[in-house]
Formats: sequence, C-alpha cells, structure tokens
Amino acid sequence: MAEILAQVARIEGLAMITIRAGLARAGDALAEAIGLAIPDRTGITTDGTRSLGWMSPDELLLILPEADRDEALQLLEQALAGEHALVADMSDARAVFDVTGPHADDVIAKLSPVDLAHLAPGTLRRSRAAQTAAAFWRIPGGLRVIGFRSTADYLGLILSEAARPGTGLAPR
Amino acid sequence: MTRTPPFRLAQGGRLIDRAFQIPFRFDGRHLRGVTGDTLASALLANGQMLMGRSFKYHRPRGPIASGAEEPNALLSLGQGGRFEPNQRATTTPLVAGMVTRSQNCWPSLDADLMAVNNWLSPLFPAGFYYKTFIHPRPFWKHLFEPVIRRSAGLGAAPVEADPDRYEQAYAFADLVVVGGGIAGLTAARDAAASGQRVIVLEQAPHWGGRTPTDHPGGQAAVDALLADLRGRENVTLRRNTMATGLYDHGYLIAREAIADHDPNAGLPRQRLWRIRAGHVVTATGALERPLSFACNDVPGVMLASAVRDFITDYGVAPGQSILVVTNNDDAYRTALAARAAGLDVPAIIDARPLADGALPQAAREAGIRVLTGTGIAKVKGGKHVEAAAICDQSGEGRVLETIACDVIAMSGGWSPVVHLWSHCGGKLVWDDQAAMFRPDPDRPPLGADGKGNVTVTGAANGDLACAGDLEQPEGATMPVWVMPARAPYKLRTKMWLDFQNDVKVSDVELAAREGYASVEHTKRYTTLGMATDQGKVSNINGLAILSAALDQPIPQTGTTTFRPPYTPLTLATIAAEARGEAFQPLRKTPIHGWHETHGASFEPVGQWRRPYCYPQGAEDRHAAVNREILAVRGGVGTLDASTLGKILVKGPDAGRFLDMLYTNMMSTLPVGKCRYGLMCNENGFLMDDGVVARLSEDSWLCHTTTGGAERIHGHMEDWLQCEWWDWKVYTANLTEQFAQIAVAGPKARALLERLPGTIDLAALPFMQWAEGELAGIPARIFRISFSGELSYEIAVPAGRGLELWQTLQREGRDFGITPYGTEAMHVMRAEKGFIMIGDETDGTIIPQDLGLDWAISKKKPDYIGKRAQKRLHMTDGNRWKLVGIESLSDKVIPDGAHAVAEGTNGNGQRKVQGRITSSYHSPTLGKPIAMALVRHGPARMGQVLDFPMPSGEVLQGRICDPVFYDKEGSRLNG
Repeated sequence: MAEILAQVARIEGLAMITIRAGLARAGDALAEAIGLAIPDRTGITTDGTRSLGWMSPDELLLILPEADRDEALQLLEQALAGEHALVADMSDARAVFDVTGPHADDVIAKLSPVDLAHLAPGTLRRSRAAQTAAAFWRIPGGLRVIGFRSTADYLGLILSEAARPGTGLAPR
Repeated sequence: MTRTPPFRLAQGGRLIDRAFQIPFRFDGRHLRGVTGDTLASALLANGQMLMGRSFKYHRPRGPIASGAEEPNALLSLGQGGRFEPNQRATTTPLVAGMVTRSQNCWPSLDADLMAVNNWLSPLFPAGFYYKTFIHPRPFWKHLFEPVIRRSAGLGAAPVEADPDRYEQAYAFADLVVVGGGIAGLTAARDAAASGQRVIVLEQAPHWGGRTPTDHPGGQAAVDALLADLRGRENVTLRRNTMATGLYDHGYLIAREAIADHDPNAGLPRQRLWRIRAGHVVTATGALERPLSFACNDVPGVMLASAVRDFITDYGVAPGQSILVVTNNDDAYRTALAARAAGLDVPAIIDARPLADGALPQAAREAGIRVLTGTGIAKVKGGKHVEAAAICDQSGEGRVLETIACDVIAMSGGWSPVVHLWSHCGGKLVWDDQAAMFRPDPDRPPLGADGKGNVTVTGAANGDLACAGDLEQPEGATMPVWVMPARAPYKLRTKMWLDFQNDVKVSDVELAAREGYASVEHTKRYTTLGMATDQGKVSNINGLAILSAALDQPIPQTGTTTFRPPYTPLTLATIAAEARGEAFQPLRKTPIHGWHETHGASFEPVGQWRRPYCYPQGAEDRHAAVNREILAVRGGVGTLDASTLGKILVKGPDAGRFLDMLYTNMMSTLPVGKCRYGLMCNENGFLMDDGVVARLSEDSWLCHTTTGGAERIHGHMEDWLQCEWWDWKVYTANLTEQFAQIAVAGPKARALLERLPGTIDLAALPFMQWAEGELAGIPARIFRISFSGELSYEIAVPAGRGLELWQTLQREGRDFGITPYGTEAMHVMRAEKGFIMIGDETDGTIIPQDLGLDWAISKKKPDYIGKRAQKRLHMTDGNRWKLVGIESLSDKVIPDGAHAVAEGTNGNGQRKVQGRITSSYHSPTLGKPIAMALVRHGPARMGQVLDFPMPSGEVLQGRICDPVFYDKEGSRLNG
C-alpha cells in the first residue's frame, strides 16, 4: 500500500494573540516588544518558536508557546500604551494542524484555492479549507494550518482524507 | 445481408492487447473483451450492434460514434451503490467483471413492447405534449405526466449511496491546453519552450487524437511531441481528464477519471479539477456530422470516423461489408482502412458531382467502386442494416440500385468542437467554404484585461488538416443537409437529426411552419439537442434544416447556447469530499462532547448543533423540555450559551460607533454595566439583539445572537471600512475564544457560591458584570437573564469550558441541577414575553412593532435605521403589533397561524389581521401561551381572534399582555 501523502497532526500548546493597530505608527514599538520583525504584506516572520503573521493592513497575529502568553500580552499592552490599538488573546478560539511530508502541498491543493507553487516560505495565506476558514504557511517539512476551534474536527477530517495513500496529484 | 462473424479482426487494433481477455456481462450474457477495449468495442467484437432503444419511439439503436459525442449507446453500469445510468459505451473503458445493461426497453432490448410508439409515431409530432395534454388541467399532474414519465426516459436513477470516494483539487497555470491531439501537443510544446507553466488535458486514456488513426506516421509524430513535453519540468500532461466547462477569469473545470477502471483500488474514483488558467488554448478537435437520409438511425449506420476507429484502434469489424456515404474526402480513409483490414467495401456513395482528390483516387486504385453525385434514398433493415437504396443526390429519391451491406459509414463533414470557446462568451462565425461554425478570432472570450483569454487551434479552429507534413490535399466538402436534396415528406419523416431524443427533419420543419423562428425556441419545442449528449452530432444539421425551412442563411439562424458541462458529470464528483461527516462543517462548542454523551437531542442552529433538550430514559422531547423548564424555575439549570456572538469593540470612537449601531445609547453605559440593545439595518428592520457590556473606558463587548455572530461582525466592519473609515474603532470577533454557560434558577447564586472564587456575587446587581476567578478558572460573570430567573452567564476561556460545566453539574447535584436546551430557553423567554430574533422578527419587523420603544433612544440624532423608521409605512398606525395570545382551548395554536378578519381581498382570499409568531405549551403555567403580531393589537386587549386550521377547525385565542409570567420581575433576584 502506498504511503499517505503527509502526516496530519493536531498541535496543542500554542497561544495566539490578535493585534490590531496602525502598523506604520506602532510597528517599531511592536517589533521591539515582540522581538520579531513586522512582516510585509501577506508575510510571516519567525524566530523558530514564535511567529508574527500579517493578517490585514492593521492586524497582526502573534503565535507563541502558551507559557509565554501572559508576558507577551503584558508587553504588548505596554508597547501600545497611548496608541489606538486592540490586543486580544485568541488562543482558545483556534485549532492548529501540521501537515508534513513529501506531498503536503497536494493535501492543501485539494482543499484550498491557492497556488502553492507560488506560496514562498515566509508567506501567510488566509484562505479556506473546503468549507471552513483556514490560514497556512510553510514550516520545515510541510505546512502549518490554523482554523477555528469549533470546526477543528471537520478540518482534521478533511485534511486526513485528502492525505489518503495513493492519492497524490502527480499525473498518472 | 445478415451480420456474420468474425467481428474481432485477426490483426490490428493499436489500443488493445489481445493477450488479456476481460470477462463482462451485458443484459445477463457473459461476454469477453480484451485489454484496451471500450465497452462499445467489446460489444461490437461480440457481434452486439444493438445497444439501446431511443427515448421516444423506442427504436433499436446501435453506436454511431466512437467517442464523447455518442448519442445512442448509453448503458447502465454496475450494481447497488455503484449503479450508474446513461454511461456512454464508447468512452467507458472495459473493466473485468463489469455488469452492464441496456436501457429504455421492456421486457428486453431485442423485443421492446414500447416500440409500439414507433408505429404510432405519426401521432407524436413536435410539440406533441404541449398540444395534446393541455386539457383538462388536473389530468396533467395525475394522469398524463406519470404515464409519460414511465414510458419516456432513459436509465433509472440509482437508489443506493455511492460507496466510492471522490475528491477535488485546485491547479494554476499560465496556459492550459485542452486536447492532447497533434494540435494541442504542438501548442503546448511551443508555449513550454518559453518557460510558461503549461497543463495539457486529454479526455481519452491515450494521446494523439485522430492523428495516429488517420495518418501513417501519425503515432511517431505524436510520440516525438510527447517525448519533448515529458522532458520539461514546467509541463503537466494529464490523461483521462475531460475539460467540462470554462468560466469567467480563466476558471476551467475538468474531471479526471482515476479509478473508474478499478473501483477496489482504494483511490478516489474521480477528481474534479478547478483550474485557474492565465490563458486557455482549445485544441478540442472536431466532430463528424451524420447525413440525413431515411432510416439513418438503423443500427449499423455509423459515422465514418467511428467505423475506422473501431477497425484501426480496436481491431473490431463493425460489419463485413461497409458502404461509405460522404460529402467529403476524409471518409475515403474509412473505405481504405476497411479494405486494408480485409473487409468488403461495396461502394462509396459520394454526394459530390466530382471526387478526384488524392484519397478518392487511392480508393479507386484500390478497386473500390466510387459513385459520385449519388446519395442514399433509404436504409433497409430493422434491427440492423441489410442494404441501402441508392439514388441521385439532386433528385427526389428514385432508387437507382440497392446495395447489400451490413454497415453504412456516413460522413456529412466536420464541426469544430467550440463548446469551451463558447461557454464564457466566445463568438462563432459561419464558414461557408467549409460549411461549419468556427470560433471568430475577433470575438474571443475576454479576460479581466479586456483581451481574449482563449485561443483555438487545429481542427477546433476549423483547420481539419492540422497534422502538418502528414497531411495530403483534400477536396472541398459539399454541404448536404438532406439526402437526397429534394426528398419528399415521407422520407423526411424517417431522417433522424437527434438520435437520442428522436427528433427528425420533419419535426424541425414542422416547428418552422408553426412559426418557430428562433433556434432556441425550436430546440425546446422539438427537444432537438436536449438529450444527455446535448446534440453534439445533431445541432448543426438541425439548424441547417431550420434555416432552409425559414429560407434564411445559416448564420442568421445561429446556434443554440453551448453550456457546461461538455459531458455529464456525476453529482458525486461535484460534491467531492463534501459527503458523510464532511458534508458540511459542524461547529461544536467546547461542551459538545458532553452533550453527546448525555443524550442530548440536537437541533441545527446555523452550522452549530445545539442541544434542543436532554431526554432521559423513555422521555420524549416534549416531556424533557417540560422537565427542564420546571427544574430551572424551581431550582437551577445550565445552558451552553457558547454559541452566542461575542464581539469586542474598542477605540476612542467605539462609543460613538455603537450609538450608531444600536437603537439605544451605549456610549453612556458605565463601565461594569450591561445593557440590552437592538440593532437595525438601514431600512429600519430589526436584525439582531443582545446584551452589551462595557469592559473599560474605551471597550465594549457586544453579545449577538448565535446566528448573528459572523454577520454582525461583518456588518460592523462594513460600516467601519466603507463609511466611517476615519473613526478610531477596532473590532475582534471573540465568539470562539470563550465558552459561556448560563446558570439560571432561584438556586443559581447558592450554587455558584459553593465554588471557590474571587467574585462577590451578592454584590453583583442585575445587569452588571464582574471579572475574577471561579473554580480556579479565569471568568467573567454577567448577571443577565433570558429566562426571567436569577441568572448568571459565565464566560471562561473555551479550553476550560467543559471543566466549568462538569464542576457545576457535580456541585449542583443536590440542588437538582438540570442541563437545559434551546427549547426550554425558548419557552421560558416566551413566558416572559421576550422577543426572539427570527421568531418575532422576519426581516420586515421594526422594534416599534414589538413594543420595544423603550429601547429606542429619543435623544440620539441618528442611528442606523432611524430615518427609515420615520417613513410613512413604518409609522402607520395599522402596522401589526406584538401582543400575547391566550388559547381558549387547551390546544397550542400553531406557530405561523393567521388570525382572520371579516371579508375577502381582491383575490378572493380571506382577509387577515395578525399571525402567531411564537407558540408553546407552558409547563410553568400549565396552559398554552403564544405571541402574535396583530393589527391594533395592544389596543384590543381581551378581544378574541379566530385562527382557522387547514382541517377546518377554528382555534380561538384572546389578546393579552405578552408577559405571561412574573410581570413584576421579582424572580430576577431569586
């Protein structure tokens, strides 16, 4: 039997913080507080454990280990003091899956209308997976997919189904 | 002549491998084919020419084509969940063990009793149904339609679930070439050299199109192109993939057959490709046209190209004696191929006065008799061809001689496959010289930049000699729309245009006589081209006949609209992964699993599933709801309210923004307090409601209805981004960040005080909130009530919602704590006269209708909907207003029931004066309660309204105050 296209694994222990602010004004302060460069449009920056993704012209998503969440929230509030800004802990609202393996792209290509050949490392793509909202970016060995907590079962199911053995997209 | 074996030729067949025999069944008979066969070639190799019955007259039918255009050879495949009707035998690969059945025949294909329709055919002219079954009106639904539906129709619908899996995938390319024939492969090679990302799609399992069949050296030329393309990283070659439709912005849909041939391989059977193409090249080839001569539908009359495909590609002799009839040179290839295979070719009937091109010369040199200026007057034979009566093409059909044969290979010229080109707006031109519609290069489908995003090449462009050096010059095609040209009516009634739907030359001419001038109307009136083959071989002939009947040139008649899909797609392929558990995403709260294991009976609320109630033991839903309500009113209950929308609104202008969004004032709400608010759309209609809590000086938390969370968040962003872009407000939809649990009932506080925590509940007044820790979990407690009881809604991080819920159940056991569902919530709010968005509102209701004037600020200069609510119709004193209704019997007046008024309206319908918006049995009060919208309702307290039921019974209800329970609100304090 052929191998599955990619491993699909639910990832626990990550915190997510939504940051809304004028990035032109507050960007430097944010970058300093977080310790990561502000990503370009559609980009995501990372130091290996923490990542900062561009969600919209005035929204960022900080992803970091759960243990660092409270401190990060505090630092962000300080950095944005006096600014018009919104910082919200969204850790519990999300579900995270890692899709890793040689044909991880095929799995995503079955579910998301995204040109994966042009999804460079360091790009965060907000899209959908079949009928649920999802965003993803490249990680070593595959892609990390985030979706909503309420549809985590659905997201896990369609990712696993799309990864079934022998269903690679290469022409046969 | 009779049909005689052998049907499988001793030699030849470039697509088959004779070493591997494949057993299969057709109508119960055990037959054998070989590897590489299609179902059609395998059946022909077994001498089975008769493959189906026509739609209307049940005439015997054999295949006329060898590809996707086949109208006749439609079979039912498979059994049980894998049963599939209407599959084309000509494109279905033969699979070992395949079970196939003929369709539209009873009791058998050979002896179909419904063929009586054939003898009655003079009674079934075009438009027969429309003309005959008009009166008496009720007969249509109850008598005519059921009978017609039984006798007409092809395959049956499957009744079991399809056990196979299907999937879809997205692809992107600079260029997609549709068609893997010589023209498509050449276009792909030229584009690939420039480094573009190229995808080539081919519907068949093999590459090359007609070239390897029609040209010596064709296969080598194709192989050379393939070798080049396969060596390029930027090229993807995909076989078995049918491009079914082209849509705006280069969106191309294609169907890849992956495991059609092997259902047990564990692979998806088919894959739907959604391709975004920068540019599309259609190299879709051309389809051969039939000739319209009498009895051209007898099995054994086939397209000339199909005859040579069966001989050359599959090593099958459709017959031993093949008569060719043509108006062009190409069909001579069939005669030569047949002769080369050792088959007899008694003559070539050429409608043209002259035929002296290279191919006709080659035929003559091969000793084949060529009769120019002739046609077929009539085909002899019933279930198979026995002979053809030959006549002058220019005459009326006087028979010159009769030639025995068992197959007639006809060619009426070629029509480019223009479907994809036409799907999203490409226009056609009539090429008089070649007698064909072909794509108009000046009017292609347009891309976003206003430039053409489709080009066409090869035979699809009308270039029938597109194989380059392999081609030799051919003589011109002569348009022949009727054979013979002056055929009398009697012959025309036997000339089939649409083989699947039984439309004849005489039907189209009748439609024209009856005034049908538009080709689209004629199509629907006669059903020409409306069968599952969408008239691939019939359309051009049909509109040529219509043009002649209307005495106008063909381009003036035009074509019908080409619509996707090119060939039918199974619904399973379109649904792809969206079936079973993945049919729709099911949204689950953090407590969903607990509800499941505790026997919740769920109801859908948007994509959520919420517990409707929790039946215990033998309880039905009604009993469970009653128990839950009494438990809350008498003790304490818990509701999973996690699905409620929770939107954070923050910024210096947030108060001003919320004052515009809600009908009442939110900017003045003190920090720490809650306020119920109404939200209207621009037309003043109530769209959502909920409790707003002020979290801090510059932040508010807006609760929305379950169904409103995403919609209201979008509504907010819409106004912020499009209208008030300079206001400093940020929003965030926190709905899923929190689990929210309502703890309601007189014992609610006592229960919560049992849990360790930092919040002083005794010091928390109604409509305030506090933050702290509860049972070791960070929590925000809102003292709000939708049940009328002492009630707290507790929000905790979603990941800890289940923990809190379980703690509450455990700690509340001796209080008789009872989880309650949405129905208990609904009944309790109705007992209190609280409105429900979607029950009391339906998109046409303003807050004033519901007596909610108290929640509409008079001080604010503006809010969304304010001006609309001042419109004449909105301030009309005759608007229906909210009241309560007491049933005069013990029956619950059904939700939606109308209260009738005196008299009838202009349509003779009874006038109405109100309707029930919510209606329940109240276990608390032990009687039915209802809310209703009634004209002048609040001024009519005590009046009795009539609610007639469909059964004839009239239920009565007395108008009353909508607050049925605890009018003073004393229970809010426990």
